Amino acid sequence: MNKAGERLYNGLIKENPTLVLMLGMCPTLAVTTSAINGLGMGLTTLAVLALSNLIISLLRNIIPDRVRIPAFIVIIASFVTAVQLLLEAYIPALNKSLGVYIPLIVVNCIILGRAESYAYTNPVLPSLFDGIGMGLGFTFALTCIGALRELLGAGALFGRTILPDSVEPIRIFGQAPGAFFVLAALVALQNYLKKIRKAAGKSYEKIGSGCSEDCMNCKDRDGCSRRFYDENASTEKKKSSEAQNSGEEGR
Amino acid sequence: MDMGYVKELLVILIGSSLVSNVVLSQFLGLCPFLGVSRKTNTAAGMGAAVIFVITLASAVAGVIYKFILVRFHVEYLKTIVFILVIAALVQFVEMFLRKTMPALYEALGVYLPLITTNCAVLGVAITNVQKEYGIVTGIVNGFATAVGFTVAIVILAGIREKLEYNDIPESFKGMPTVLLTAGLMAIAFCGFSGLL
Repeated sequence: MNKAGERLYNGLIKENPTLVLMLGMCPTLAVTTSAINGLGMGLTTLAVLALSNLIISLLRNIIPDRVRIPAFIVIIASFVTAVQLLLEAYIPALNKSLGVYIPLIVVNCIILGRAESYAYTNPVLPSLFDGIGMGLGFTFALTCIGALRELLGAGALFGRTILPDSVEPIRIFGQAPGAFFVLAALVALQNYLKKIRKAAGKSYEKIGSGCSEDCMNCKDRDGCSRRFYDENASTEKKKSSEAQNSGEEGR
Repeated sequence: MDMGYVKELLVILIGSSLVSNVVLSQFLGLCPFLGVSRKTNTAAGMGAAVIFVITLASAVAGVIYKFILVRFHVEYLKTIVFILVIAALVQFVEMFLRKTMPALYEALGVYLPLITTNCAVLGVAITNVQKEYGIVTGIVNGFATAVGFTVAIVILAGIREKLEYNDIPESFKGMPTVLLTAGLMAIAFCGFSGLL
């Protein structure tokens, strides 16, 4: 069970998909107008991520290598459809406020990234907890960003006004431009932390800070591994599959 | 064609391209918006490829939805069907252009792999269904959305070219500055909401 705890810690803190790796920026910007929307989107993604990781890991020896990406997409899209129908039936208000972003969970690069870099090469239980950990990390980040924007833009938290009337809220933070400003601040903060860690001789490679390369001059245009898959995880994958191989030989 | 229909199409055209701009107010297609906006000419090429693919994809998705999914009462399968159709379509367009129209492939081909992962394409297809647009209306909406993307990415590229040699604080170099620029553009685009 130690492995499960390690995966949860990894997703929530060490490789937080939003705050550290900077993946899945479209939903992060779009739905964080309030804390409750961020929480709802995070939990919906968590459900899809955990279930798709579970199924992909179960089927990892059946899915042929060459058609794995379409297979992942079908599995993910099925769960998104199921979750969307459940939301429509039981929480219609949330479904309405998240709108088109619920079906767009399919193209959330965190999910495909975890399938490709973790679930496809690892046993079932760690994959499930990897999904839950990453989902919790995403939920945590979205709720925090949503809370920040709601506080600045409306002076409220989870719909309850908490700032006194004398403080004029900065409305722009609740609207589209505010999302860009909050993300810009987040990336600048990451750049700053990177600089500090570098100066202190600590590891900083995992901090994403977006990619300021020009895609046209980039070598891996076809898949954009930097934006869609977590590079460190794919090296981890190689290591773990090597370990698996040697383990099998040992047997 | 009656005037009411033409007016509806015009409203969609302006609404989808300027008022609710796909990148600046809906945050779809952010990856190419940030990744291919360093030079104005590549940004314009990307915009042209996006217009081509989104218009085509909304036509194909609209036809499949109306004549297959609705006909057999399996509308709930739209997410799965659309994502597969779009991925296959982009691959097919790439092969088709390479074989038959080398000149167009030369101009747009390099951008096509980048569009497969563009969430704006799927977003438009699903929006068309959610807003209950017909096939023609859906195509107009797709075209207008893509034009909005092109306008935004070309403007951003123009501003980034000007920013290239500016003295920017260390931590704000690169992505933060681009995001701040996009935020200011989003404020400017808020002004279009008075149009409708």
